[in-house]
Amino acid sequence: MSELSFVRTEMLPEKEPPAGERGVIKWMRTNLFSNWANSILTIVAIYVLYAALSHILPWFLNSIWRADTLTECREIRDALNNGEPSACFAVITERWSQLIFGFYPQHLYWRPIVSFVLLFVALAPVLYDTVPRKLFIFTAIYPFLMVWLIWGGSIWGLLMVIAGFGVGYLAFRALTAVSGLVAVIVAFVAPVIWWLYPSGLVGDALQSIIPIAIESVESRSLGGFTISVIIGISGIALSLPLGIVLALGRQSDMPFVKYMCIGFIEFIRGVPLITLLFTALLLLNYFLPKGTNFDVVIRVIIMVTLFAAAYMAETIRGGLAALPTGQYEAADSLGLDYWQAQRLIIMPQALKISIPSIVGIFIGLFKDTTLVIFIGISEMLGFTNLIRANTAWNGIYWELFIFVGLVFWICCFSMSRYSQWLERKLQTDHH
Amino acid sequence: MTTLTDPPAESFRLSQLIYDTRYRSMTIQVVALIGFVALFAWLISNTITNLALLGKDFNFGFLSVRSGYDINQRLVEYSSDSSHLRAAYVGLLNTLLVAVLGCALATVIGVFVGVLRLSNNWLTAKMMTIYVEAFRNIPVLLWIVAFFAVLTEATPAPRAFRGESPAASMVLNDSVAFTNRGIYVPSPTWGDGSLFVVVVFLLSLAGIWWFGRYAHKRQNETGDILPTFWIKLAIFFVPVVIAYFILGRPVGLEYPALKGFNFSGGLQFRNSLLALWLALSCYTGAFIAENVRAGILAISRGQSEAASALGLRPNRTMNLVVLPQALRVIIPPLISQYLNLTKNSSLAIAVGYMDLRATLGGITLNQTGRELECMLLMMGIYLIISLAISGSMNVYNNSVKLKER
Repeated sequence: MSELSFVRTEMLPEKEPPAGERGVIKWMRTNLFSNWANSILTIVAIYVLYAALSHILPWFLNSIWRADTLTECREIRDALNNGEPSACFAVITERWSQLIFGFYPQHLYWRPIVSFVLLFVALAPVLYDTVPRKLFIFTAIYPFLMVWLIWGGSIWGLLMVIAGFGVGYLAFRALTAVSGLVAVIVAFVAPVIWWLYPSGLVGDALQSIIPIAIESVESRSLGGFTISVIIGISGIALSLPLGIVLALGRQSDMPFVKYMCIGFIEFIRGVPLITLLFTALLLLNYFLPKGTNFDVVIRVIIMVTLFAAAYMAETIRGGLAALPTGQYEAADSLGLDYWQAQRLIIMPQALKISIPSIVGIFIGLFKDTTLVIFIGISEMLGFTNLIRANTAWNGIYWELFIFVGLVFWICCFSMSRYSQWLERKLQTDHH
Repeated sequence: MTTLTDPPAESFRLSQLIYDTRYRSMTIQVVALIGFVALFAWLISNTITNLALLGKDFNFGFLSVRSGYDINQRLVEYSSDSSHLRAAYVGLLNTLLVAVLGCALATVIGVFVGVLRLSNNWLTAKMMTIYVEAFRNIPVLLWIVAFFAVLTEATPAPRAFRGESPAASMVLNDSVAFTNRGIYVPSPTWGDGSLFVVVVFLLSLAGIWWFGRYAHKRQNETGDILPTFWIKLAIFFVPVVIAYFILGRPVGLEYPALKGFNFSGGLQFRNSLLALWLALSCYTGAFIAENVRAGILAISRGQSEAASALGLRPNRTMNLVVLPQALRVIIPPLISQYLNLTKNSSLAIAVGYMDLRATLGGITLNQTGRELECMLLMMGIYLIISLAISGSMNVYNNSVKLKER
């Protein structure tokens, strides 16, 4: 028998998978046509897409960006695009400044712009922990700076408000040796007295000695996107602490405090925001002493804050409930008192759990700023009506809606993306 | 030898109220109570003073006065001679109408979109993602105005339907007309014997319920599974259809027809109602879709794998294993979405739909000048609606909740 055998000494080159098992075809087979139901779904989806895009795309691609009136827009359309439907975004190029700044005086546009840019500087240390911590000082000053930049007026009035906090701090330092409790009480009362009585006089005096002031702008000139940002940011910044306090109150074992918080939360959550805004507009004159009158923007901010805080409280309560009791017991056994335990152990975890819903409430609050249109503040949506009321642009709808929608969409979508990023970053458990 | 000494007699000092944890919570509560009462007393005394200064009083007598305004969208009899109370009632019914319609459609949209977003079909999943992100991130008010603009601007006026070669025509065998005043659909007319048909219909619904129980019981006892779906479908249709034809077709349809400058006959759905309904449903539907998706994703794969290991087919796995568990996760957020939709229906102001806010909190308030009474009454009604919804849904939630021991 001959020793005939065959032993392969080298590997055969790998063959490509069959055509149906690779590349585009494979992808389409698994993702679009895996079975007959899936195929039908794909065909329906393609048809829907085609039906929508065949109308929208030409309209969009033919869009006209330069014209002074809608009539002119239509003339250009008839001349250039043979009368085919075309978007007239000229309204945006002509009126975008109104949509963004409202009736803010044109030569002062730099002020909202600067405060908007500074907003990001102030937010940076809050949003990203790689930013130097010292920026928090700027974050603390920013609210006052923003108020001054937007509304203008004398800088002294503003400095007097800041001085109030200084007064409180000094009183606390001076009295803390005498009695802790007295110091705390005085630290709260002293600034209030300061703001009510001498601060105005001192401010006026300083203003007459060293006049530093910028042109003041009234609240009714505010509008457009600016007012949405002002109300939205103030509401967001104020509702989180208030919501935490309400949530703790609702979880508290002091029955009276607990039921007060429950009553407040359930009342606010039970009525539409619009009724609260109307209350701010119509009823505040009844509830406050005669002659008290304060700015409508402040009223709106208060109401929006209360509204969001009630929802926030429920969200945070959910986060608190999700924490195992062991965490509370551990804090107790370490000898931490209530506030230490909340600050160091409970809240960081409870807030982390509720990040998605908290940001959801922020987004909702920002979207709800459109409701101020009903109490006479023209935000972006209000300006679409005002622009349409002008004969030049009478009858234009979609272009304005698309612009407004896009602005809101960008803001809200980036907020939700940020929250997802934060959630991933803070994730400590391993799935 | 040890001696026990008496503990030092405790004398009560005032500072104990603050530093002693036994008394501290009591102190805080008393302070809070005093503050609370003082605040309310201050607000009420201010209100009384201000009302006196304005020469107004606080009573609800204005509700029985003739309202003097008309409401175009109404579910019950109402004319401008009716009282303000009646107007508020019409408004309340309108609010409830749009809330119920909206919740129903939003649920359908939400489940549909939420399930499709999880489908293996790449294109469909992406389209649903776009839908959800578009609706969730744009204010509902914008959607309401946009839907209203679509309905009023993109549809023809009734006069376009007139003439020999009209510019617009009715659809579905000349029964439905889309106009810029709303959508006209045929309305049912109730002839003799129609009551009997309705009774048969209700009886067949009861029959379906009874049959479901029977089939369930039988399956538990013998293990046989009846083709319940087809039998239920038959019970639903067959008796009603038979009764309908035996009685000589008592229930008819009245078609809308063009008379003069407008349509008459049939049912008219005003654009304000439609825009509000569709916009609220699509907006809330996007949120519900996310809840549904989260609920289905929350059920671990092991559950559906275990079901397949037991030999259940995919749709039975869905019905018997995944959905009952997912529902427990979905229902609590669903309740709050229903509440949100109901409260958002007060945005009817943007399209002129006559809801509670437009009647009681709008025209009545402006006509009578009784802001305080109107606002308090309106808030009270909204509060009751909200509490009723959350209460009833909580009862349902408790009934499906996992019973832990």
